[in-house]
This record gives sequence, structure tokens and C-alpha cells, in this order.
Amino acid sequence: MLRIPCPHCGVRDYTEFRYAGDASKSRPSLEITDVKTWHDHVFLFDNPKGMHQEYWQHVQGCRQWLVLERDTSTNTVSRAWFARQGKSS
Amino acid sequence: MSELSRYSAWSIARRGLSGARWRRAWRAAEPRKSYDVVIIGGGGHGLATAYYLAANHGITNVAVLERGYLGSGNVGRNTTLVRSNYQLPGNTEFFEHSLKLWEGLSHELNYNVMLSQRGQLVLAHGPGQFDVLARKGNTMRLNGIDAELLEREDVQRLVPFLDYSSHCRFPIYGGLFQPRAGTVRHDAVAWGYARAADHLGVDLIENCEVTGFVRDGDRVTGVETSRGVINAGRTVLSVAGHSSHLTRLLNWRLPIESHLLQAFVTESIKPFLDHVISFGADLYYISQSDRGGMVFGGHIDGFNSYTQRGQLPKVQTVAECAIALMPGMSRLRVLRHWGGIQDMTPDGSPFMGRTPFRDLYLNAGWCYQGFKATPATGWCMAHTIAHEEEHPLIRHLGVDRFERGNGHDEYGLGLWTYKQ
Amino acid sequence: MTGTRLTKGGRIDRSATLQFQLEGRRFTGYAGDTLASALLANGIRVFGRSFKYHRPRGILASGIQEPNALMTVGTGSRRIPNLPATSVELYDGLVCERQNGWPSVDFDIGSVFGLFARFLSAGFYYKTFIGPTRGSWMFYERWIRRAAGLGRATHEPDSARYDHRHHHTDVLVIGSGPAGLAAALAAGRAGSRVLLVEQDSMAGGSLLDSPIGTDDDQLRSALLAQLVALPTVQILTHTSVFGLYDGLAAGMVERRPVIQGVSAPSEVLHIVRANQIIHATGALEQPLLFGNNDRPGVMLAGAVRAHLHRYALRLGDEVVVVTNHDSAWSAAFDLADAGARVTVVDERPAPNADLLQGAKDRAIAVRVHTVATRVFGSNGVKALEVRDAESGAVARIACDLVAMSGGWIPTVQLTTHGGVRTVFNPTLGVHVAGPMAAGQSIAGAASGDPTDPLKQGHAVGVRAAQALGFSADAGLAPESAWSSVPLMTTRTSASLPAQSKVFIDFQSDVTLSDMHVSLEDGFESPEHLKRYTALGMATDQGKSSHYNGLTTLSALRGQAMGALGTTTHRPPYTPVTVGVLAGRSVGLHFRATRRTPMHEWHMANGVTMIEAGPWFRPWYYRWAGADVGSAYIEEMRVVRSRVGLSDVSSLGKIELTGPDVGIFLDRVYVNGFSSLAVGKARYGVMLNDDGTVLDDGTTARLGEHRYFLTTTTAQAGEVMSWLEFLLQTVWPDLRVQAVSVTDRWAAMSLAGPYARDVLARALPEIDVSNAALPHMGVMERQIGEMPVRIGRLSFSGELAYEVYVPADYGVGMWEHLLAVGADVGIRPYGLEALASLRIEKGHVAGIELDHRNTLRDLGLGKMGSRAKSYIGRALSERSELVDTQRWSLVGLELVEPAGKLRGGAILFAKDEPIQGHGRGYITSVTWSTVHERLIALALYRGGLNHVGEEIVCAYPLRGEQVRARIVSPMFIDPAGERLHA
Repeated sequence: MLRIPCPHCGVRDYTEFRYAGDASKSRPSLEITDVKTWHDHVFLFDNPKGMHQEYWQHVQGCRQWLVLERDTSTNTVSRAWFARQGKSS
Repeated sequence: MSELSRYSAWSIARRGLSGARWRRAWRAAEPRKSYDVVIIGGGGHGLATAYYLAANHGITNVAVLERGYLGSGNVGRNTTLVRSNYQLPGNTEFFEHSLKLWEGLSHELNYNVMLSQRGQLVLAHGPGQFDVLARKGNTMRLNGIDAELLEREDVQRLVPFLDYSSHCRFPIYGGLFQPRAGTVRHDAVAWGYARAADHLGVDLIENCEVTGFVRDGDRVTGVETSRGVINAGRTVLSVAGHSSHLTRLLNWRLPIESHLLQAFVTESIKPFLDHVISFGADLYYISQSDRGGMVFGGHIDGFNSYTQRGQLPKVQTVAECAIALMPGMSRLRVLRHWGGIQDMTPDGSPFMGRTPFRDLYLNAGWCYQGFKATPATGWCMAHTIAHEEEHPLIRHLGVDRFERGNGHDEYGLGLWTYKQ
Repeated sequence: MTGTRLTKGGRIDRSATLQFQLEGRRFTGYAGDTLASALLANGIRVFGRSFKYHRPRGILASGIQEPNALMTVGTGSRRIPNLPATSVELYDGLVCERQNGWPSVDFDIGSVFGLFARFLSAGFYYKTFIGPTRGSWMFYERWIRRAAGLGRATHEPDSARYDHRHHHTDVLVIGSGPAGLAAALAAGRAGSRVLLVEQDSMAGGSLLDSPIGTDDDQLRSALLAQLVALPTVQILTHTSVFGLYDGLAAGMVERRPVIQGVSAPSEVLHIVRANQIIHATGALEQPLLFGNNDRPGVMLAGAVRAHLHRYALRLGDEVVVVTNHDSAWSAAFDLADAGARVTVVDERPAPNADLLQGAKDRAIAVRVHTVATRVFGSNGVKALEVRDAESGAVARIACDLVAMSGGWIPTVQLTTHGGVRTVFNPTLGVHVAGPMAAGQSIAGAASGDPTDPLKQGHAVGVRAAQALGFSADAGLAPESAWSSVPLMTTRTSASLPAQSKVFIDFQSDVTLSDMHVSLEDGFESPEHLKRYTALGMATDQGKSSHYNGLTTLSALRGQAMGALGTTTHRPPYTPVTVGVLAGRSVGLHFRATRRTPMHEWHMANGVTMIEAGPWFRPWYYRWAGADVGSAYIEEMRVVRSRVGLSDVSSLGKIELTGPDVGIFLDRVYVNGFSSLAVGKARYGVMLNDDGTVLDDGTTARLGEHRYFLTTTTAQAGEVMSWLEFLLQTVWPDLRVQAVSVTDRWAAMSLAGPYARDVLARALPEIDVSNAALPHMGVMERQIGEMPVRIGRLSFSGELAYEVYVPADYGVGMWEHLLAVGADVGIRPYGLEALASLRIEKGHVAGIELDHRNTLRDLGLGKMGSRAKSYIGRALSERSELVDTQRWSLVGLELVEPAGKLRGGAILFAKDEPIQGHGRGYITSVTWSTVHERLIALALYRGGLNHVGEEIVCAYPLRGEQVRARIVSPMFIDPAGERLHA
């Protein structure tokens, strides 16, 4: 069972969290109206077999959005931090 | 000693009585330097593509490259369902074409893939869901596909042992039944296509991993493999679950995430369930194999994964669904559960056709539905490769469709299906 | 095999006699018996019929390894098929039957299949039943399905109860043999919390197979006594670890004793989250391959010995022990000591002299360099045929029991669940676990290391504790005269017999000749072989077949074991009941239930509820009619003519505070909110990033920096998470706090011409006049201790108010409004009427908000602000999404009075052929009490450009085609006079 080290609540089962995919991408500003930029952001993924930074929200805990670093080929978790702290912390 | 190549009751008798030997289902081919078409991925789709290239288009200088053993991917890991209950334009026609091909497949391949058209029942648990199924069923009927709308009483007559009690959390309201839907012995599909393709001259090369592409500008001219460089007139990617992993070698990002889907089988029991049933209160589907095991599955685990190892909570969720639908399942015992990696796409529909790279063709993004699509995918991909233009049945499935807003969200689940 | 119960010895309690039944025959056994040992003691030899050839089968193994003796235990709603008799503990009143024989297991017509074995070999089904017609398989399949399968299950609901328990432990030790006991003791003494798990009914593992009072037995008692004294150690017996999962989590099932008349959970699922896992899972003995090696009376030597010492059963008078290594000799010695006449047949030319001396001391006949070739007898053993490997001379040894042993293989299934690959160890001749993953270690026979398991166990126990920072003195490793378990050696091709009835997988009926055919057909990798022949796929998960398959494959292909690869072991290690996985999440507890604060009132007042996701919502009330079809119309009439009250508490409610809420909402919603005046509400729509509609609802501005946002019931959780995502990851600079208050407020909608009249009289403290509270006005007041929020909001098109009070006041306010409105005929109305009223008003709802439609598709294009940017705007401009030929929202009214409009009908232009995908479909239908006819909302290509056109609604599922006219979706009050009244 994937266990996620929530920086606020401690290590918890992944079922307490909501997953939201790749966290390494930079979301375009709302002012950008270019379809291509938004298309690439919304629809294209690196989807690596290996280290992946991804969003998880601790919905059944502190409600904080986290960035989790996990190896998608082994599910080994290396670390997690609050998403509000930025891309890497 | 004579060699038996065609399968029949007669040839079995000869093998049993005379000691004649079977011809191998396929040769253990050594890779050659160059092929007209190289298909990456020896799963159901890759093998079917190879077969139809040879059978329909006379293109036999073809290699199928498989990293492990033939059929080691999702063709051997799924829950074996085939059906054509789709409502969106394009999907309806494509999956019905596939079901028609299934209906003739054992004959076509001279290999019993054990198509069992026992009928699939999709349940609705409220009036809203019932109308959604009605829309689908009406569309099917208007496209010449069999479909029957069932009220609760009809469902109870058809399958008397579902939960109709007052303790049911989501009572059954009705359902949509497709009599021609059913199951197929999944491994046999890979083996049948492999054998038929091999007999037409296709080289099936196992234990051959693709590690890179040979390029000439924006053209793909071959592949680097663990068994050397192989030049290819055209190259086809057919590696469900690992599509992004290979396109990374081309610096090409796809609208795909790789997710893990688990499947389950119980111990064998005497006939217990005669149809395929899909629950409506959660994603869950079940049938009984000819060996007697109850075969079932549910949602993806819900996060990117290449591990092929499922999470225990999902096992529990699926068990809950099993009992909620059919209380008698409670005493049966799970014999095995396993995972397959599938490509998930933003709209739940696949990608097929040409790519931004010349002579490179893509077949990916099958989400939950790759197995039932196997024959039509092979058929349409072969056509597309032979004519260098998409077969009409797959024109709506281009990998660039989101640039135009052309998503095909069959189930109305929204952007990402892991959202709950 | 006579099944003599010895008068003394064994771990059974002869004073506790248990009654049980087999197929109507009554037997007795003792506490401590398994079902298998009790039946054996009663002379039963045939325990079932095999899967394919219906051959009679007896007991092969002991414990969970048994492939043959699958029985159906229990009756009625407790009837469980396919339980290995060797792992069922006998209880008083047990009822069982044998499987897969007709008319009976003792006389089974199905055994004729055996005559056709040469045709039924591997690949048989793929090669035949193809014709004569395309659908032929469906004909054959019926018969094949009936012949296949094992036990018969019942469809009855399960009356058993199952529980779940969770553990957090430092060290999980799997297996309580010598290695496991030593590991648990060391880790426990070092100070870590230890959970020691044993699948058997008592701890001890292989130590239990020695007679009571021997060194092994005393060692077991001593170690257990020390463990029990440690407060840090918990021991769970009867508990099988079935799977290892990511994060060092283990799934295990505990079988609870069956006590007649006592209601207790049958099984408990334990989910363990450990910091270290120690595998001490021992080894599994493997059969030898010779003709008819599946006959009842051919058993594993270890199982014969276990039955002798544990259950006091001497299973033969004339026994041949046949083997290729040392361990089986102890079975021979023990049987001879117990009075049996024993012959040992050993493949090796020169077994160790001590063994030969031991045999001589006991008058055991010994044949060395000799292999077994076949068994004579059908329902039991009459003789064993052996062949001298040197001379080739064949001899027949009369016997009633064959005890065989092909060696032992490490039990590494669980380590492979965690992703550890097995590797072939050429010295040992077996596959062992590869390098262990972090946090896991392995000891004893499971590791393949043949040295002292006590020392090994102690060492890994200490290391596991130390890795977690526990460093108390773990003491010294226990000392004993324990002899290590001999491991299997790879067989040579010379020893492979030629007969066809050499069983490799007993339960799947896979024989040596099947393997020949499989290779001939080209299925020669271990995975292909497994899938083609079903080898190793039976309920025993290949515990006695997988490895013989592999070694045979190696021999037949002439390929070294190490180069062959192996197949993947999948969880569960032993089969797991579906029921125990689900636990209490069955029936009404299948999914969590959410109830509104007024739920009990509805229940007491004639409601029929409907599920709306996790919520139960009032569907209709019996005051209005006996079924939904008539009731909702009556409820609508009351709202349109008088006043109705509806529970809308399930709407998502989010409180937003902070100086930047307006800016935030401007970005989230397509329309503007920063310009909203305090005391006003506005209907808003938010989009997904891809430009499709995510949700709609009203948001009120309660104060300068305070907004109250509502969502649809279905999307409440989604929207809350989305807002939090945006605030925490995209715009952390915005000064906004978002809190879900869905459960804090009871909400009710008071709608109809008398709504204001009722509200004014119900809350005389508050001015709710048109001037004080105009359409879309909101107010926050305090009535005594009770805060109340009132918004003049309407989805029905009527004069309507949403009244919010804290959840605890919900029922009070609800009853108060009903009481005050009684004189004007107020009535509660349900979801069906609510949804129908909104159809009349042309409001979209869940079925239209299905993530596929854009703002324009839903006729809301004008809401999209041009002055600001908002989420989803960029991608909503994609070419396909702005195509005017997309479908969009229209109203439909039925033209033929006799016909029916139905949701899900497909729409066609009047004169075009009724086939294909049409131009759209009906989303929602209702009877309009205003127009006294059926009306509908639909999505239609080109939308309102076609107003006035007559179209065809096709519903071929019922053979219906009806004509309807396209109209505006605003069926009532297009000018909004009622709303503003």
C-alpha cells in the first residue's frame, strides 16, 4: 500500500489522498489565450517510468496539496512537500 | 513423421493415434536486417496488425518485436470481455466492426479463441442512469447493433441472484443488454494471430527490446534493439502501457498517463453465472471463465504506475462491489489478482494513425478497452499502414484531436478518469 | 492405506470427540484434527475427483499445500466449496462433501474422460470445436463448462460475518518455524514491537512434525514460552499472509474457530503496516514424477510424517518411501518405529552411511540407485514398480502407501509480491529470493541457506530491530540439535519417465505428455507453458507443481534452470474469501451514506428516498401519490399554484473569506463576481481547463470579504478540491480562505406564489418584502441564538427562497415553515419535482453537465465574460468547440398527444432516414403542469436555429418514434415575472 509522508500529518495510506497527476509542469497564466500553450499543458505528459513529481491532496487530513516525489517503476517514495512552497523544496 | 499444420478434430485424432507431430504455432525467428514494416509490441494489437497486413494487404515482410514473450502484455491480463455497446459516432462503428471480426475469428485463424456470446448486461441504479443507457441502446439499434433495454423485473428474470433485497445500497433500476457481447479466451487471441501471421511469413521475434529509433530528419527509418539495429520501411508503436516510455526516445510527449488496472479470478466452481455483468454503482464487471473461475475487475488504482503491482485497498473495493452486485460471491475465494499497465488518455479514447514522424504509426491510449478492440485495431492499423492514410473507422482517433477540441469522451467522465 | 489411528501420541485431544458428516454419513474425530486427518482416521481414501480426467484423488500433502482434497464444507448460506481438507480444522457439527464426481465421487461417470486422455492433451481446446459453423463453440461450451469447475457454490447471500483489523508494527515475522521463532525473539528482546504470524493452528512450523517430547518439541516449547513472556511480541496463529503490498504492508486473513450457535466473525482481515518484514516461510516439499503418482495413497513423505506425529495416524502398513535426498528417510524411520513395514527407494547410488545404518537397525529394506516408475492400483495403492538405474531391472513392491519426496523448495512467493525476483542457485539446485528490497529480510529454509535456521533467524531479528533503532540486548541465538532442511536438486532428464499418466500438476491434471505437446506446439517459455497447459494455475497456486514443471521444462529443453526464467507469483499466496476483503462494507454499508439534517423527518412523513451519489435525497412523498410518476406531478402543482418546501441540504456549500475572493472568483467563474454587491447573489458557471462545463451554482456576497458559494450535489467534493488546488498551487499569493461548510448548514427551498407569505409569517423578525429582499437578494440574520441566511433564489421559476440554518436547527425550521404554511396548503416536495420544475424553467442540471458540453452547448454562451480571462477560456475557443453545427440546448414539446417523450431518445430531422447517430438526444423529460403536456430538454445540432421545426424522436428500444417540436427551453415565465413578483 502506497504510503505518503504528509508534511503536516505524517505517513498515511494513499487512500486518504486525492491524486492529480504531474506536478512538474508550469501552468500557463490565465492571460495566455494561445490554444497551443494550453493544449500542451493540459493534454501532454512526460509520464516517466522513473522519478515523477506529482500532486496529491490530503483530502481526509489537512486538505493540503502536496508534491510527492515517487519512482513510478517501483512506487518508492522519496519525499513530499507542501505544493504552496513551490516546485521543489 | 508427418507434420500437422491445420487444426481440427481429425488432426487431433491423427496426432493421438499415429504419432504425427504438430507444426509449431510459430517459428522462433531471428531478426533480419530490414523489414517493410516493423511492429513494436507482440501483444494482441501488434500481432493482429501483422496478421492483417499479411492477410489483407499482402505485406508479409513484417517483423513483430516483443520485449518479453508473445502475449505478455495486456492481452493476457484483461478480463476477456468483448462488446460493441458504444454511443459516440465513430466508436459505435469501430467496436461493432471489431465484434463482427470476433464472430468470424476462430474460423479465420483456424484457432479456437472460444468466443462465447453469452450477452453483457450493464446495470442502471436510477432513472438518470437508465436514460443514459437508453441513449446508448437507441444509438446501437439505429446503427444495426443488438441491444435490449431491461426494466428491473426483466433484469431479475435474466439474473435472479443479484441483490434485489431491501438491504441493497444502490438498488437495481434496469439495464441494457447486448446479447452478442461476451467473452473470449484472451491468450488464444495472441496465439491465434501469432500462428496465423507466422504461417503467412511474418517474423515474430521474442526477447527483443527496442531501445531507440533510427531517424533521418523527421522520418523514422528503423529501430535499435537489444538484438541489433533493424531497418524498417514503416514502424508501428503498439506497446500499450509503455507508449510514453518509447516516445520519450523521440522527445515526443503524448496525451497519455500510464496507470495500473487490476484483475481478479476466483477458484473454479461449477457454472455460477451465465452472462457478463457490469455494475452501475461503481466500475465493476464480472463473468465466469470456461474453467469455472469468476473473472472480474474494477477501476484503475488511480495514480501513474509502471509497477504491475496492485494496491490492497483497490482489491477491497472490488470485493465490496462483487458482493454488492451478487451477494453469493462473498464465500468464493480469490485465487489470483494481478495488474496490467494501461495507457490512460484525457477522453478515455485511444489514438491510432499517423504521427508527426514520417513512417511512424501510433496505436496507443486504449484505457480499459484494448482487448475488445483487438481485431478492428489490427484491421484498421494494417489498412492505415498499407495505404499511408487512416482507415475511415479510425479517422476520429488522431493523437492531435485535442488541439481542435475533438475529444471522444464516451462515458462523460471528464478530463481525467482518476478524478473521483 | 488403512488409516490406523494410534492409541497414543499426536497433538490431538482424545477426550474431546467431535461429530461430523460426510455426504450424510456420520463420523467422529478429535479436537486438533483436520478434516483430512479425521476422514483418514475413518478410512476415507478418495477425497475427490480431478479437474479434467475425473481420476480419484486422495491426500497428497499437509496444510495449505494440498492440491487434491478440495471439499465443500458447510450448508446453506455457509456452504463453501474448494477448501483443502488438510487445512480445515475439524469442528463439532461440520458437514462436508467431496467434489467433481457424478453420481458420486466413489463412482464417477466422468472418469471416462481418462480414456480419451491422449486426445485431451494440452492445446486441445484451441485446436478443435472451431466448426462446423461460426457459432459452434457456444454449443460445445455449455457441456464443457459443466464438466469443468470444481465445487458447486450457492447464490444465497452469505450469513457469515467478517471483520477488519489494522496493525502498525515495527517488525512483522512471517512464519513461526525455528527461524521465525528465533527472529521474533531477537527482535522482541531488542525492544521492537513484533507481530509473529503463523498460518497453522499452532506456532512451531516444522517443529510440530516431530513427536511430543523430542528435542524439536522441547525447543518449540522453550522458544514459545520466552516469546509469550515478552510484552512487545504478539503472536497470531490461524493467520495466512496472502499478499505483500507497497509500503511494507501485508494483507493477512485469520480463520476464526467455528463454534455452533455462536455468532462471531468467521474470518478477520488484518492489514499490517510494518517497518521491517522478516520472511521465515520455510520450504515446500515436492512430489516425484512417476506413472500414476496421483493415486490415493501416494503422499509426500513429510505429510506422512506430519500425519503420524501430529494426528497419530499411521497411514500404511506396507510403505515404500521413495526419494532422492536425506529428509524422507526420517519418515521411513518414524513409520518403521510405529510398526509399519517399510522399504526405502533412493535414486542416489550411495546414501549416507548413517541413514543406511538407521535403516538396518529398523529392518527397513533399502534399494539404492533405483527410481520409481509407476504405481499400481486405482482407488488406492497396490504396488510400486521401481527400476534399477544401473541394470534397468524392474521390480514390483507390494505396498499400501507410497511416501515420496523430491526435495524441498524455498517458499519465496511473498518476497516476489514485493518485486524481489527469484534467482537460480546452482549449488542448491533451486531458485531463491534475489537481493531483498529495503526493509525486508529472509531467514531459514525460505532463504535457501542450509545452515542453522535458529542462528539465521536470530541474526535477521537483531538486524531488523537495529535498523529501526532498537538496540536492547537480544541475547544469544538459541542452541539446538536442529538439522537443516535439505533442498531440492535439479532432476536430470534420465530420470524422467516416459509414461503418459505422470502428473506434474495434480489439480489442473497436467501430465508429462501435456508438456511434450506444449513444447511441440512451440509453447516453451515458462509463462507460455503455464498459460497453455494451466500448469500451476490451480487453487494451490502451483505449490506442488510449479517447480516440477520448471525442472521438467529444463530437462526437456536441455536448457539450464538458470537460463530458463520463471513465472511470476501473484497474490494471494493462499486463496482469500471475497467476503473477508469486503468486511462490513456490504449491504447498506457498501458505501458511506450521507443524510441531510431533515432525513428522519422525511422518513417519518412518507418519503421515498433516492440515491444521489452518497446522499439519500427525498424523491417524492406519499401525500402526492403512490408512485413517482403520479406524485411528482402533484408536487409540481402545489409549487406552481401554492407553495412547496424542498430539502436542498446536499448542495455543496463553501465559505470564502479574504480580500481577494472577488478576484479569485472572477478567475474561477466564466462570469464576474468582484462586481457583485454585498447582499446579492449571482448564478455562476465554472469550466474545466479544457473548456467544458465543470459545475454551476449560485454564489452570494455576504460581506465585503465574505462569499458563500454553492455547488451541485454531485460536484461538491470536486469543486472544493479544485478551489484548494488553485489557491495552494497556482495563486498562493491570493488572500483567500476556503472552507467547506456543506454539513454545517441545513438548506431548504421554499417555492411558489405563497412563498413570501409563508416566510414572512414564519420569521416575523425579518423583513422579506420585495423591496428588502428582491430577486437574487440575500440576507444574514440572527433570530435568538439561531443564525439564518435567506437568499431569494429560484431554479423553478417561481417566487422562491433558499433558507439556511445551522444543521441542528434544520428540522425545527423545516417543521416551523410547514406549520405556518399549512393554511395556504404548503407541502414538501422531492427531487423528482425539483428536477421537473427546473426543466420547465430551462435550467441545466447533472445530466446535461456531463463534462462533454461547453457553455455554448448549454445555451449559456452569453454568460462568458469578454472583459476578463477565466479558467477554461483558452481551450473553449478550439475550432471544434465553436462550430455552430455542434449540438446545443433546446426545448421540445410533444406534438402527438398519444406518444411519449423519453430521456435517451435520438433526434432526427423530420424527413431524414431514422438511422445512424441522428442530430442529438433528449436529456430530460417531464410532464409540464403549466402546459399539460410532456416537454423535454434536448441537445440538438444547430440548437435554437431550428425553433419551430418538427422533428422525430426515435426510441427503437421500445419501437417508438414520436414527433416533437423544437421550442425555447424556457417553457415558463420567459420574462421572469414570477421570479420578480
